[in-house]
Amino acid sequence: MKKASDIVEYCQELFDDLEFTAARKWKDAEPGRHVIGYMPVYVPREIIHAAGMLPLGVLGGGENLEVIHGDAYYQSYICRIPRSTIELAITKRLDFVDGMLFPSVCDVIRNLSGMWKLMYPNLYARYFDVPQNFDSGTGGTYYTQELRELVEGLEGISGRKITDDDLRRSIAIYNENRKLVQSVYDFRAKTPWKAPSWEVYLLMRAGMVLPVEEHSQLIEEYLAAVENEDRPMKDNCRVILQGSFCEQPPLNLIKSIELSGCYIVDDDYMLVTRWLLKDVPTDGDPLTNLSEAFIKYSGETASKYEPDGSRKGKYLIDAVRNRVAEGVIFAAPSFCDPALLDRPMLAKALNNANIPNISFKYAENSGQMQPIREQAGTFADTIKLWSDA
Amino acid sequence: MNTQPEQQEVIKEASMLKQKDMIAQNYENLTNAKELGRKVSSTYVPGNLNELVMCFDMLNNLPEINAIQNGMRKKSGAMIMDAEKMGHSEDVCTYVKADIGNMAKGSIAPNGKPMPVPDLLLLNYTGCFTFLKWFELLRDEYGCRTQMLHVPYEGDGHSTKNMRDYVVKQLKEDVIPTFEEVSGVKFDIDRLREYLKQSAKAEDDFVWVLESAKNKPSPIDAYFGGVFYIGPIFTAFRGTEDAVEYYKLLRGEIEERIAQGLGPVTPEGEMGEEKYRLVVEGPPNWTSFRDFWKMFYDEGAVVVSSTYTKVGGVYDYDGFRHDPDHPLESLADYCLGCYTNRNLPNRVDMVEKAMNDYQADGFLVNSIKSCNSFAAGELMMMREVENRTGKPAAFIETDLVDPRYFSPANVKNRLESYFQMIDQKRRGGGGPAKAA
Repeated sequence: MKKASDIVEYCQELFDDLEFTAARKWKDAEPGRHVIGYMPVYVPREIIHAAGMLPLGVLGGGENLEVIHGDAYYQSYICRIPRSTIELAITKRLDFVDGMLFPSVCDVIRNLSGMWKLMYPNLYARYFDVPQNFDSGTGGTYYTQELRELVEGLEGISGRKITDDDLRRSIAIYNENRKLVQSVYDFRAKTPWKAPSWEVYLLMRAGMVLPVEEHSQLIEEYLAAVENEDRPMKDNCRVILQGSFCEQPPLNLIKSIELSGCYIVDDDYMLVTRWLLKDVPTDGDPLTNLSEAFIKYSGETASKYEPDGSRKGKYLIDAVRNRVAEGVIFAAPSFCDPALLDRPMLAKALNNANIPNISFKYAENSGQMQPIREQAGTFADTIKLWSDA
Repeated sequence: MNTQPEQQEVIKEASMLKQKDMIAQNYENLTNAKELGRKVSSTYVPGNLNELVMCFDMLNNLPEINAIQNGMRKKSGAMIMDAEKMGHSEDVCTYVKADIGNMAKGSIAPNGKPMPVPDLLLLNYTGCFTFLKWFELLRDEYGCRTQMLHVPYEGDGHSTKNMRDYVVKQLKEDVIPTFEEVSGVKFDIDRLREYLKQSAKAEDDFVWVLESAKNKPSPIDAYFGGVFYIGPIFTAFRGTEDAVEYYKLLRGEIEERIAQGLGPVTPEGEMGEEKYRLVVEGPPNWTSFRDFWKMFYDEGAVVVSSTYTKVGGVYDYDGFRHDPDHPLESLADYCLGCYTNRNLPNRVDMVEKAMNDYQADGFLVNSIKSCNSFAAGELMMMREVENRTGKPAAFIETDLVDPRYFSPANVKNRLESYFQMIDQKRRGGGGPAKAA
């Protein structure tokens, strides 16, 4: 059996590799393979997989990428993820990518889709819209057709038809992966000292660059390894991290929060791995099934409209209850419209439910962790000393 | 967008006075809605469905316009800071914060009376992500009914049948039934057709007004003056007889100016010699609107085309008109085609065409700190336009209604350098154009 440290080391290597070597190797292993990049928050990776392609999560350049060209494309008051993504492209780190999907998350990522079209007019670049109307007959019909257009777009790249059976097989594989991801989240919530969040984060990041089958196997190995690890339990405060669904924090930020005395028992990193909350049926029309899954049982985040005002923030309160958390840390990227506009409403819902919360901002290249450590540490101390729980 | 600044006395033409009366009457109606037995719907400028709102005898309140009113009256700064004290981030849209800060002060309208709590928030989600959150925030405060109308983004530079069908279906199955329920008025599609006929009439004259800037000298300023010209058609008057009359009046005034070879009217009277013809991208700054405009007309710079005058509907570029024969489809097409709902390559094409059609000397971007829908990608737009047209481009940064982000000395300095660059380019010196 592999040791947890070996698995985490492998994930760290994948995380640090800004050349995306693993994905390049996958592509080079057989002629005719294609790689499709996607940005946060959600794309149906099942469709890319069914096309025989590798979905590649492009989550910005992180803390180790020096942005030289990207800053010339954006004003100072725009978040960092688009500029570092542009940097990745200009420095040819994404030159093996055959297409890019820009999901509906905010105006910056939306407009980046157009910038991509201008920069790479011969490359497949699609703004991937999702419905904000959650009626099957209205939003569902619209979204099913959008999925069909995505299928046709990918078929255009590969020159091969994507059959319903291809889609059903891929749906089953991703159902399995989502179950495993959920197992990791459940395991961490139950025994956070055994699965530190910075490890879980790296494990999930590996899923952005590896084929899903390899990622699922890696998760199984990690779960088996940490189950047997002897890791001491600390008297930490249990918190949920919220607001980091797009631009990613530096890994040190996650470590700093943990070092300050917090166990992160839930988060909204890489929601694509667990956006659909139930298995997608593998019988019937696969595109309709994917569409219905989005409409009927997908996750909640700031880029999704909440039609019922009385439910605003309920998912977060439910997460606090289900994960037995003691507080919420809002950690949003600077200039992130969705997260920062949503925060006052979520904070209000938490306050009404007497759930302690704090907030701070970061950028993917934030260097100074001391203030965050102090803030999170004080928050944890306050909860431990003064909370009713 | 449609108010008069309150500094020194502004020279007003008949069309300006008419618009002022229309706006004043609308605010009177809104602030007396309860007494008048009228219901109020709030909605946004892009994708504004005024004709539909009128079908239900409801009044149309546009929160961006209220924020602009407060910006031009120098009240928005305090409101924004109040909202920030309430927990709203310094990084987000200042229209939203001005609105929320205003609510905390009792939502006072420009006529000094409190605005009513809306009966319905029509969340026409068109071309701006912030809209989604803005009405969630207002719903959180007001507790009133909210109706989403999701207008898909034209990611590939054009709308599709799927997008259009989706919008029409939402109109039929969600938006109209909600309006019927809130207003108690049964929807009458023939009534909508009549309003749309009026819209199309006004749109013809509106386009004529915009295109009058092709004359030399241009009889209008299509940015600073343009924000007044778009007032009726972008807000609570499209579809009304008043709007038709306004544009007829305006057209007559401009025809007269062309006949006399006059340039635009500025707050200080006739503009002097037209030296620079510009195309401008992005919304204006509202808190220092007149100072900002003065920086242009003092230098003889006139804006002959602006993208901001397309934010509430694009009528000139591809000839869209509201169509009474296809009422709901026409409303869908209108929403889909609003400027910020078009993708960046399409926006670049539009600017390039304007640069050529209006014989512009340069392209200026006024990048707005808190409006990512416009701002993200503008630096690339600038380079693309520069490369395609060979005309110099420049970039300035201000904000919508947050006075902290309007630095007059910096903006003026940059504009002066830019005008020198245009001069140099005209003299044939200085090599290829590079952004200022």
